[in-house]
Amino acid sequence: MTTPHELDPNGWIKNYSDYLFNYTIVRVDDREIAKDLVQETFFAGLRSMKNFKGEASERTWLISILKRKIIDYYRKINSNKGKAEVRMNYNADSESEGDWLEERVADPYATNAETEIENSELGLAIQDCLAKLPEKQATIFKMKTIDNYDTETICNEFNITSSNLWVIIHRARTAMASCMEENWF
Amino acid sequence: MEKKYSIFVPCDTAQHTCDKSQYNEASLIEKIKLSIHLVYCKACQTYTKKNNNLSKLMKDKKVQTMKSDEKDSLEALFKKELSKNK
Repeated sequence: MTTPHELDPNGWIKNYSDYLFNYTIVRVDDREIAKDLVQETFFAGLRSMKNFKGEASERTWLISILKRKIIDYYRKINSNKGKAEVRMNYNADSESEGDWLEERVADPYATNAETEIENSELGLAIQDCLAKLPEKQATIFKMKTIDNYDTETICNEFNITSSNLWVIIHRARTAMASCMEENWF
Repeated sequence: MEKKYSIFVPCDTAQHTCDKSQYNEASLIEKIKLSIHLVYCKACQTYTKKNNNLSKLMKDKKVQTMKSDEKDSLEALFKKELSKNK
């Protein structure tokens, strides 16, 4: 029998905030709302810690809370939207008669559900791989690659030389590439 | 001296250039040396390919993280809530 998982809220923000944020942002597409939902999830997690049975990992448990928060958010915006009437006016005036077919042709540049799902899974796969890196490596790699900080800023922040930085980046990239190869390609 | 100006570079230098070029920080001469190296080095060809693939994935706009100041303020709020719950 496996040992039950335990909760350690002190490490939540450090360990899971990026993962939860990434999970949320692909679903709500708004940074501020995503941030609020992640915050609410952590708070709700704290409040319901006594309900945690230890069957799932901390992250899975937090994700299940977050999912409920996202659904609540969808409900809220949908109830607002429901008040507005949606009307599709095809052939409203005689001049544009016949144009409706063109309007209905699928827009190849619009993102569809499949690409959205693929993107969200990709984001989570990357977060998974990032979580496997040593903490400092992961932070520096994220700053350089995702947040696009320049070399000098990162060097000053961590008090390292630029050759140190490039060694760290090299190790992180090698680890990330092989991890993504296993999990994604 | 001779080595410094050689157009042939060892694998570690080539990979270092490859890393730098992912962030557009490699100079033209470094890029040329890397291209020459890639003509004959199979290992570095594989490395470059993997590295380019990784960059492509990471550039995806859907991969986003919280900014460090956002995380700090969340951490502060969370610590407050945590102390209340104890």
